[in-house]
Amino acid sequence: MSREKPRDDIIDTTAPQTKTREDRMSEVDSRFNSTLREAFGSTPFILTKFDSFMNWVRGSSMFMLQFGIACCSIEMMHTYAVKHDLDRFGSGVPRASPRQADVMIVPGTIVSKFAPRMKRVYDQMPEPKFVVNMGSCSTSGGPFQQGYNVVKGTEEVIPVDIHIPGCPPRPEALVYGIAKLQERVRNGETSPVTVKPYELEQFGDLETDELVEKLADDIDEESLVMRYNWADSP
Amino acid sequence: MSQTEEPADGEAEPEESPARGVDYDAIEGLLGDAVVSRETHRNAEGFVVRADRVQDALSSLKEEAGFDHLSNVTAQEYADRFESIYHLKKYDDPTEEVSVVVPTPRDRPVSQSAEPVFRTADWHEREAYDLVGIEYDEHPDLRRILLPETWQGHPLGRDYNQDKPQIVTFEEHENPLADDHRDADTMLVNIGPHHPATHGVLHLKAVLDGETVADVESDIGYLHRCEEQMAQSGTYRHQIMPYPDRWDYGSAGILNEWAYARVAEDLNDIEVPEYAQVVRTMSAELCRIAAHLLALGTFCLDIYGDFTAIFMYAMRDREVVQNILEDLTGQRMMFNYLRLGGVVWDVPEPREEFFAQVREFLADLPNRIDEYHDLITENELFQLRTVDTGVLEPETAKEYGVTGPVARASGIDYDLRRDDPYGYYEHLDWDVITDDGKDNYSRLLVRMREVEQSARIIEQCVDLLEDWDEEEREIQANVPRTLNPEPDAEVYRAVEGAKGELGIYIRSDGTDTPARFKIRSPCFSNLQALPEMAEGEYVPDLIATLGSLDIILGEVDR
Ligand code: SF4
Repeated sequence: MSREKPRDDIIDTTAPQTKTREDRMSEVDSRFNSTLREAFGSTPFILTKFDSFMNWVRGSSMFMLQFGIACCSIEMMHTYAVKHDLDRFGSGVPRASPRQADVMIVPGTIVSKFAPRMKRVYDQMPEPKFVVNMGSCSTSGGPFQQGYNVVKGTEEVIPVDIHIPGCPPRPEALVYGIAKLQERVRNGETSPVTVKPYELEQFGDLETDELVEKLADDIDEESLVMRYNWADSP
Repeated sequence: MSQTEEPADGEAEPEESPARGVDYDAIEGLLGDAVVSRETHRNAEGFVVRADRVQDALSSLKEEAGFDHLSNVTAQEYADRFESIYHLKKYDDPTEEVSVVVPTPRDRPVSQSAEPVFRTADWHEREAYDLVGIEYDEHPDLRRILLPETWQGHPLGRDYNQDKPQIVTFEEHENPLADDHRDADTMLVNIGPHHPATHGVLHLKAVLDGETVADVESDIGYLHRCEEQMAQSGTYRHQIMPYPDRWDYGSAGILNEWAYARVAEDLNDIEVPEYAQVVRTMSAELCRIAAHLLALGTFCLDIYGDFTAIFMYAMRDREVVQNILEDLTGQRMMFNYLRLGGVVWDVPEPREEFFAQVREFLADLPNRIDEYHDLITENELFQLRTVDTGVLEPETAKEYGVTGPVARASGIDYDLRRDDPYGYYEHLDWDVITDDGKDNYSRLLVRMREVEQSARIIEQCVDLLEDWDEEEREIQANVPRTLNPEPDAEVYRAVEGAKGELGIYIRSDGTDTPARFKIRSPCFSNLQALPEMAEGEYVPDLIATLGSLDIILGEVDR
């Protein structure tokens, strides 16, 4: 596609540059019309704190841990799937490995045998990490609170950011809870880290009492153990 | 002989002869001197057998009297003794039942194991040991099954103190690359308890030889949330009914509720009005469709390995069923819809709209099913993965007490809806689906065909309900506020849940709560047969087999 004349822009007029500048200064070219562009305005710079930027990024793209425990996980699957589609809100890609996940939704009853495993999964997630309690079981033990084997809520074991009540909560409720979490993350709020009643300890470090003495032959000094105490937990 | 049944076919009343058509005197003769005495349970005669003659008694019942289905083992503690009850049935006719009661003294609760006779007794007896504390002689591997190994005491025993602290270990699972394993040919792989393919919190210890599964052992109990304790502390009338929804939580709620309703109505002699039976049947079959769709979606998730179209389609169709059920019951999953003596309320007004919604779903279903067949069963890759993998022979299945779609896919023609009728099923026109493929593929196929049959049942129910005279829409029988069944009545009853035979044993003690409430979970027995199917197969076939069993951990662990 040869031209008869050489291109005018560079040779004899400055009009194109002016036009470009004017474009920049005035209306945004509709092809580039985006909220980001609008926010930038005429300058290619934004001024923000890096922290706020990171929080915004964090809150807008959260990877969930694919973590099914009990009945609530069925509703969680519905939340991921068509109709409710959590992914619309920038947080919905379920990751099978805790090492790739940011958010752990705890959808079910935690029992004594599972509590240490859950703690391990939580520990395997990279920082910063967030936990959403789904359903009354993970909030308080729910309908099974009186059970001899039931941990009365996830919060006994790991720190939790958001509690969603319900048995099971509707998908809408879960979506709302996640949106709230995103809001908190964007605002840079976190839950205080407190010492949990259920901690993993080495068996050798436990205070000796009747029970520890009794189990001394069965459990290795160095193995990790968790005390389960139904009566004294809130 | 439940109260939920039509008084048809000239069957005898429950009080006179508990189980239909079994000659108990002949059985007593057969068992000979192993029998100490005889007691009458609501569902069958119980033969009290000496603790050291259990195997003799059970094997003559199995070999000579044809009781080839050990449905359940209940263990319980009385003030003066422990007791194990073996509930036996026949695969050919589950209305023929007999119980073998084995008492043992409190100071030495040891009885002979039934494992050599019925393979399925293995896990049942381990559970009895774990929760109640009875020990079984000659048991191949008697250790805790649901609670952690280091647990102290037996929580369903009488003198268990729940307030005592416990210590739970968090041991690394054995390391397959430890020094002493280096030279071995095999390798240990832990699958779970947190793993997307285990459908919940199940831990599989698989020993691999190359890529072949040499041995697999399931480690369960990660969701043991004390369902039996919960039921034993609730009152019959209202407090127990919400819990069954949470056993098999794959939307099979009403099917589970029916198990409790059936057993409790039997115990309290409650008659359910016919209209309520039709509503029950309709809602229960809707639940079955939802549960089978979940099974289909997650099975394909296992096979295809991602959240792809099939999973999403299954979820989409489940949403439709859940909307219908929500209109009917008020909840998407935990319906709590049945009541003793009927259902809680009638179908929602305007009725025409509700029925139109159901009909629309049913009209759409054939297309949907064709679509699934296109996507799944006619897919060559899928066939390669599932045909002739995870084969379960019918004889083995019976040994393990396998029921439900898994059994029917192995060619066992056993469905309690037809064989031990309850509800309105016997007046409706539908077929029991069986398939002779015995493999993963047939198990899926049976479920898909059962969805079609459920749709047939629902359609007939809707026809009936639409024409039901407005004056005669009785949704609940007149049941007293508090139910105190007579003391020491014992009853075991089962219904066809989504996964198979879901049974409940109740012993009453004259109060308004059960003294013992034992749940027979179909998933528990089905999962026990996993090694038979998976050993010698490739690892991916193990995953496929597990998916095709369609276990729900809430029901396995209870
Ligand atoms: S809160 Fe309810 S639905 Fe959720 S896990 Fe607990 S019992 Fe199940």
